Amino acid sequence: MDLAFFSVQLLNGLQYGLLLFLIASGLTLIFGIMGIINLAHGAMYMIGAYLVYDLTMRLGNFWLAIVVAIPIAIALGLIIERLFLDTLYKRDHLYQVLLTFGMILVLNEVQRIIWGGNVHSVPVPAPFDSSIQLTSNLRYSVYRLFVMGVCLALAGVIYWIIRHTRLGIIIRAGAVNRDMVEGLGINVRTLFTLIFSAGVALTAFAGMIAAPLTSITPGMGDSILITCFVVVVIGGIGSIKGAFWGAIIIGMATTFGSVLIPSLASMVIYLIMAAVLLVKPRGLFA
Amino acid sequence: MKTLKKTSLAALISVSALMSASVMANDGPVKLGLMLPYSGTYTALGEAITNGLKLAIEQEGGQLGGREVAYVQLDSEADPSKAPQNMSRLVNRDEVDFVIGPVHSGVAMGMLRVAQQTGAIMIIPNAGLGAATNELCMPNVFRTSFSMWQDSYPMGKVAYDQGHREIVTITWDYAGGKEDLAGFEEAFTAEGGEIVEQILVPFPSTEFQSYLTQIASIAPDAVYTFFAGGGGVGFVRDYASAGLKESIPLLGSGFLTEGNLVALGDAGEGVLTTLHYAETLENEQNQAFVAAYESAYGEMPDTYAVQGYDTGMMLVQALSVLGGDISDQERLIDVLANVQLASPRGPLRFSDSHHPIQNVYLREIRDGKHEVVSIAAENLEVPDEACRM
Repeated sequence: MDLAFFSVQLLNGLQYGLLLFLIASGLTLIFGIMGIINLAHGAMYMIGAYLVYDLTMRLGNFWLAIVVAIPIAIALGLIIERLFLDTLYKRDHLYQVLLTFGMILVLNEVQRIIWGGNVHSVPVPAPFDSSIQLTSNLRYSVYRLFVMGVCLALAGVIYWIIRHTRLGIIIRAGAVNRDMVEGLGINVRTLFTLIFSAGVALTAFAGMIAAPLTSITPGMGDSILITCFVVVVIGGIGSIKGAFWGAIIIGMATTFGSVLIPSLASMVIYLIMAAVLLVKPRGLFA
Repeated sequence: MKTLKKTSLAALISVSALMSASVMANDGPVKLGLMLPYSGTYTALGEAITNGLKLAIEQEGGQLGGREVAYVQLDSEADPSKAPQNMSRLVNRDEVDFVIGPVHSGVAMGMLRVAQQTGAIMIIPNAGLGAATNELCMPNVFRTSFSMWQDSYPMGKVAYDQGHREIVTITWDYAGGKEDLAGFEEAFTAEGGEIVEQILVPFPSTEFQSYLTQIASIAPDAVYTFFAGGGGVGFVRDYASAGLKESIPLLGSGFLTEGNLVALGDAGEGVLTTLHYAETLENEQNQAFVAAYESAYGEMPDTYAVQGYDTGMMLVQALSVLGGDISDQERLIDVLANVQLASPRGPLRFSDSHHPIQNVYLREIRDGKHEVVSIAAENLEVPDEACRM
């Protein structure tokens, strides 16, 4: 394995990992702070991709489509939290699992009714619809680099909010001890609504910016959901830092695993999860 | 004289009564059980097959051999675990005369078991697993589609003839993909070519970036691939944006691009595939078919629609030979096996293993259409050597 090959794979792993982080960060927040196992998280990723596809076709502009799609995603999060989750907080996890699993079925069916079973795609938007020469015969899409930049920037913003703002202190405290936060007079109800919508918006946004890179297909959120659960478990439930490093680890492992040990490629991430849990049962950053 | 009149009248009445009794069993509608995916990833395929089938029968006035047609549609959900139970329901409870399905090879396995137990007539309008007409072949099972081998084998020679000697193959790590690659490899290595690397991607991953880097570092003469649906679109687009298309030609099974031309956009231009159909085929039947399909459903037909259409045409032809009488199953099977169609895809007849003998075309995407470059293999018969029936 020469240096150029290694570096390009490093780039591939980083790009995939950063995208995973965007999806997993919402999942870990909702999971860690609200105690909700949101199985429909992957379906929201799919809805994000379809929304931006639909709006790009209608409006003729990808960027405009994203601007319109984000409020729709936030509204979807608000509606789901207020209408469905609200009554379930006091109940056992199983109820939430059942509800969010049902949501997968409903969202997948809604997707099929609105957009049908065909595969769709979104063209790579200007000004990023070009590529740069990396090795003698391999080019790298500028849009992929842009996605990396956006994910890194968002990771920075999320980190800053959690570490350096009052909201962040409350969120971190809520992840450790919800009753205490409530006791301090903070409206946990509103906090939950906020976090859930933000989580949905993050994953839907991941679907939106990934849309030009991937093929938009029914059920595309189902497989990514499993990978994201692995990320969250490795990183430690509720930890944004954990989600970040977990995502990078899984991104790298998937990339290098598929090239170096192809026969184990589909197992690599689970082997890593098992290894991490053996050493740190609560995850790396919990 | 009067008595004679009376007797003859009585005789006439009783004969006609007798005749209608014998027709009774064959008088109701012909029941077609459609076991196709109407939800999930393969929805579009199930719908195209259904549309094609219904179009063929509608063109005959909605009748088969002079009898009305009743459709029993059942969502297979492309779920192999539900296949035996679903098919039993069609055969035993709904008492259909023909089972048409499925799309998914895993589902086909489950259905074949029931076909064997019940002897029900089954016509497969898509699933490409080789075993269906080979190790597991049986008189009551027909295929109107293809096998993985049939569509990939001709590309092996094409690749060699185009001057490629070292090729990387890549597919999903599952039975269908490997069957497809095996067909290509068989022909390509027989010509003298070499497969320098076979890459297997975990199914159903559509994250191809690391494999493309690997392909670039190997720098083969060409790449041969089998992906379908969203995976096909993802691979072709990633391949183009990685800049590989200019330096390393992309060859594939037709399913790589079939039904996905719009989603592929510019990335698909120039990709070569082999398949038993192309929407641009210039024969009378295809032009008529494309026009009729477009006016009925408002979209271009694809291979799946043709496979449904030919399933319908097969029934039309067989039942008109039999005058609608399908009570003698042995004769019905015999007539079905001898069906010869002037299909939109070209001439089609059945081999001894009930697999279509058909042309496989070399197609290149130009201006968003599959243009036919040549006939890669004419009247290609699948060597179903393990079939004993």
